[in-house]
Amino acid sequence: MGYPHKSDPKENVVLSEYFGDAGARTYDGWVERGGYKALKTALGMEPNAVTDIVKQSGLRGRGGAGFPTGLKWSFMPKEKTRAHYLCCNADESEPGTFKDREIMRWTPHALIEGCAIGQYAIGAEVCYIYIRGEFTEPIKVMQAALDAAYANGVLGDNAMGSGKKLDMYIHRGAGAYICGEETALMNSIEGRRGNPRIKPPFPAAAGLFGMPTTINNVETLAAVPHIINRGAEWYSGLSLASEKSSGTKLLSVCGNVRKPGNYEVTMGFPLKELIYDLCGGMPEGRTLKAVIPGGSSVPILTREEAEGCILDYEGCVAAGTMLGSGGVIVFDDSVDMVYQIMRLAKFYAHESCAQCTQCREGTAWTVRILERILAGKGTQDDIDLLLDLADQMTGKTICVLSDSCAVPVVSGITKFRDEFDAYISGAREPVLTHG
Amino acid sequence: MQEAAEYQSVFVGAAREKLDDIMSRYPTKRAALLPALWIVQEERDWIPEGAMIEIAELLDITAAQVKGVATFYTMYHKHPVGENFIQVCTTSPCNVCGAENVVKALLKETGCGELGATSPDGKFTITEVECLGACGFATPIMVNDDFLDSVTMETVPEVVARYRDGKATG
Repeated sequence: MGYPHKSDPKENVVLSEYFGDAGARTYDGWVERGGYKALKTALGMEPNAVTDIVKQSGLRGRGGAGFPTGLKWSFMPKEKTRAHYLCCNADESEPGTFKDREIMRWTPHALIEGCAIGQYAIGAEVCYIYIRGEFTEPIKVMQAALDAAYANGVLGDNAMGSGKKLDMYIHRGAGAYICGEETALMNSIEGRRGNPRIKPPFPAAAGLFGMPTTINNVETLAAVPHIINRGAEWYSGLSLASEKSSGTKLLSVCGNVRKPGNYEVTMGFPLKELIYDLCGGMPEGRTLKAVIPGGSSVPILTREEAEGCILDYEGCVAAGTMLGSGGVIVFDDSVDMVYQIMRLAKFYAHESCAQCTQCREGTAWTVRILERILAGKGTQDDIDLLLDLADQMTGKTICVLSDSCAVPVVSGITKFRDEFDAYISGAREPVLTHG
Repeated sequence: MQEAAEYQSVFVGAAREKLDDIMSRYPTKRAALLPALWIVQEERDWIPEGAMIEIAELLDITAAQVKGVATFYTMYHKHPVGENFIQVCTTSPCNVCGAENVVKALLKETGCGELGATSPDGKFTITEVECLGACGFATPIMVNDDFLDSVTMETVPEVVARYRDGKATG
């Protein structure tokens, strides 16, 4: 694995400081690097005080939704008559995103420490780390780290001598993108098909096994120890643009750039600098055509939009898209947008859990219509049909997978209409024979 | 019925102990279903119906519930596959970096011919897969439990040769 790249001076390495440093993977190595100090500190505080620090830090969910983490924790009931659960969402499968994988591969104890602090804050004795089934190496590394954490008394019946019980287990997924949706994830842990649940009830009221539950992303939880160690003020001050977006963000850059990989920057970093400076720009002789900045479920940006986009929650919305999971997919001028939009739609069609009609039928028909266009058999009516279908697929289903399929189709047609027209008019040779 | 008569139980000895340990982590027996299916696949390379019935009895659920779950998740093999099971990511980020050429090269080099089919020598089965979460290292493929990144059509012959004589590691 060609990892890690030498970090760029423009980066702000907090979570990724030890990426590539195998010594950080072991318990002793982690402690030498300052590990488990934050957990010790947190265990000496009132749980509510821990939640308050996270609230004040401005940390927001890094899985895609950007919900304030401390606020989410505060929704958990204070009574302890029922079991409470923490689920760590490590089902990283959003196309374009590969940051949680590196957190788990290089700094497994950072995640364990973050989970343990979260458990303590919300009163959960048990945490399940739900890791996607394909992540065989991260699972091995995480399991070894968990074993070491138990062996050293960090976890167990008397976590770090606090008298508190903190248990943590890995639950391996088995190939289903939808299990990254929090209610599907809980069903999957319960031994069910990964069908999302209707909300309400929200997980904090009735989640895993019907009990109060919090679900947080890997990157979110891994940031918590740093916040405890360095303070809420330090974290909330990490911001280059909007005050509402603080901290650092791992951006996974892939597609047509010279140096793909994970880059950690302060919130508010310009997308243009990320692509051209940190990632070395386009391959020889190519120019930028489009960027999907937050994983495949967010609207596509044109070159002009991308070059003006600020990478934080508010900046991305202002540019007409979303920060999402921070999976930056870069397309150069050689890319056939119609074909790639079809590939994205195909992904969603494959991953639909098929509960809701709009999604089950909508994703599959979107692919068929796009294939028809790519086979040179499309008409202008097909464009209207795709847009109408996208409208029927948006905001009408239990979860947002259906919406996510509609997003690249609508933004693609709106911004790259000429490429669709070229297939329809016959100006462009068909690339598919079926359709 | 014949299959049931010949079926050899998976959950005996170490496998049973492993399942019991896993069951102690959850408040319900059913929650051990995904891990139980993984144990079967580790032991048998795929999940026969007899194993689904066995799991159902152990977890106090119906065989239909087990089958419903086993068929939902793509990584569980519901029928035997080649000695080496290859999954290739072909979603957009890898697609623009040449993933479809990797698939073509793999189908040719292994003799599989088409996706989902097993090669005549029984050594390989190839499928396309949803994003493997390693988009910056296109094209990632999985061979059994091994994660290989930055595979190109040029490196395919070397990869296939490595696995042709049994299950290599890394």
